[in-house]
Amino acid sequence: MSLLIRNGRVVDPAGGTDALADVWIAEGRIQKVGRGLKAPPGAEVVDATGKVVCPGFIDMHVHLREPGFEYKETIASGTRAAAAGGFTAVACMANTFPVNDNRAVTDYILARAKVEGVVRVYPIGAVTRNLEGTQLAEMAEQAEAGCVAFSDDGKCVMNAELYRRAMEYALPFGTPIISHAEDCDLAHGALMNEGLVATELGLSGQPGAAEDVMVARDIILAELTGAHLHVAHISTASAVRMVREARARGVRVTAEVTPHHLLLTDEAVRSYDPNCKMAPPLRTKRDVEACLEGLIDGTIDCVATDHAPHATSEKEGEFAEAANGVVGLETAVPLLLDRLVRPGVVDLPTLVARLSTGPARLLNLPGGSLAPGAAADVTILDLEQAWTVDPAAFCSRSRNTPFAGFSGHGRPWMTVVGGVKVTP
Amino acid sequence: MGWKRKDLLGMQDLDASEITDVLDTAVSMKEIASREIKKVPTLRGKTVVNLFYESSTRTRTSFEIAGKWLSADVINFSASGSSADKGESLLDTARNIEAMSPDVVVVRHKASGAPALLARHLRCGVVNAGDGAHEHPTQALLDLMTIREKKGHLEGLNVTIVGDVTHSRVARSDIFGMRKMGITVTVAGPPTLIPAQCQELGVKVSHRLDEAIASADVIMMLRLQHERMEGGFIPSIREYSRVWGLTLARLKPCRPDVLIMHPGPVNRGVELSPEVADSPFSVILDQVGNGVAVRMAVLYLLAGSKGRA
Repeated sequence: MSLLIRNGRVVDPAGGTDALADVWIAEGRIQKVGRGLKAPPGAEVVDATGKVVCPGFIDMHVHLREPGFEYKETIASGTRAAAAGGFTAVACMANTFPVNDNRAVTDYILARAKVEGVVRVYPIGAVTRNLEGTQLAEMAEQAEAGCVAFSDDGKCVMNAELYRRAMEYALPFGTPIISHAEDCDLAHGALMNEGLVATELGLSGQPGAAEDVMVARDIILAELTGAHLHVAHISTASAVRMVREARARGVRVTAEVTPHHLLLTDEAVRSYDPNCKMAPPLRTKRDVEACLEGLIDGTIDCVATDHAPHATSEKEGEFAEAANGVVGLETAVPLLLDRLVRPGVVDLPTLVARLSTGPARLLNLPGGSLAPGAAADVTILDLEQAWTVDPAAFCSRSRNTPFAGFSGHGRPWMTVVGGVKVTP
Repeated sequence: MGWKRKDLLGMQDLDASEITDVLDTAVSMKEIASREIKKVPTLRGKTVVNLFYESSTRTRTSFEIAGKWLSADVINFSASGSSADKGESLLDTARNIEAMSPDVVVVRHKASGAPALLARHLRCGVVNAGDGAHEHPTQALLDLMTIREKKGHLEGLNVTIVGDVTHSRVARSDIFGMRKMGITVTVAGPPTLIPAQCQELGVKVSHRLDEAIASADVIMMLRLQHERMEGGFIPSIREYSRVWGLTLARLKPCRPDVLIMHPGPVNRGVELSPEVADSPFSVILDQVGNGVAVRMAVLYLLAGSKGRA
């Protein structure tokens, strides 16, 4: 199987490339990148004229829901959604049922992914057993089985001593500890961000400080242990500032931001639309600006969707009763291209880096580069194609997006995983 | 009459002329309440469903009487002993009720935004009878009616709202409505019970009771929920009462014509001393009486006026 992607604008941040070129792929690897490559015999030729050829996008924060919550999403449907959204790999969080806190569950996820997965699937193991925050999960075996990081995402490990031990224990595996930074006492009962909107709507709010105190604690623990701390779904101006300062000091801390925290504020909650309910909650304009600034200056290494599928019945009733989270795999790239790249807020190579090189480096994954010898994971973008978000057309089993009806230009055009076209 | 709304969800949605319309209508309704035979045929053949997911005596009864005096058929649907206990969702319950063709659904629910949710899905009119800590518009309307009745006007008055503003839907509706009517509103309470960025609602915030009530024309005392101690909002009822409770002694330096209001039910000896509750300053029972008139007005405007058959 051999593929020649011809005449696209090749944007490869790892190699500092942004130029018209051909990309020749064979045996699942990038063979050559250059002008005027001849199609080898039997090679399929893809005309990418006017398109942008990038290293495959990696979403390092998704909830595939399998095992246990297959009515929300499965590995099959979630990876189809990923491919449709331009992602060639996803890392899936541990809050399944049973929780991915032991090797058997990790093995199960990888086995299902091998059979049904459309894109690469990298499991993230739990830090604590059953996400209960009281006892370490068997991280060594899970790392051996293929977990690329550890996280109790969805819950915050409130016991600082235990978290310190988790960071230390994970050191030999070279895997980051991913922190869901949310002090659950400060966030107690909160349904949205604390502020004027919450006050007007009569919804209990959590202050940004609920995130900030945990980011501060975790940075201090990372400094103590030398561990690699990754801050999931960063959402406040203060947290971005603390990560920036810690990195400048040499602390091993990385961070991700979601598209919804880059594009929406708590004003969106005014409709009481449960699709605007997530953790962390949508914040203020000032926070959004700080996250953008962090994304641009590299304080924030990557965009991750926190794709969190929920059934309609869990997202259509009272705001207070609705589940937390939104889907993101199929809307992230189009939204970011239209809302950030098109108006010139973020340049295209930076966005590509945050979607590919960034996550690949911090999780030590193959991919994230179009250098010869790299895994042939490629995302090709069409920057002009018009789109409108239609949840009914999602590949995901769930429809819970706050972006329904949004429209714009620019979307993934083709997704190649290991040299094989998976979409269209 | 300029009323064009299908629903009454909150004071935040209304403008000053709509509020005045409701108050004027309520005044004529009050006349009916003073008759010996308190029944007019205005809403004959109309059905009002009281859908109460939270316990309420005063508000539910008030809506029930209002509907009955207007000759509507009033059905009480309370969550306990109903399909809600069997796990039926709010929307499904509402759809089932709508299938029985009511004209107005009056809803009280612990979730902020629940009436708005129903209003989006139901063809009939929806009246918010209190949703979470969000709004309780008929309470604000009856408060405004009572103040206007006693003071002769609304614009230019000073109203001080005292207590747990954070968890109070009454406070929010009062603030929204009073601001629109040109009233200067001060909220007063311990900082833990004043919501974030409260002054951006257009109110003054005070943390000293005596200062806050000194020049008030009206003092609105809010009910203190006993569970606020567990939430760490206040150390004890005793201390709250000492610092924030209204007594005759504290009223001494206030305006001689000050009105004391309370949305009820009163915790005697907590936010109000019994002497204040029973004093000539207190118009708490006028509020209750005006509640029926306001709810008659609201039901009439939603179900009875122009061709909403």
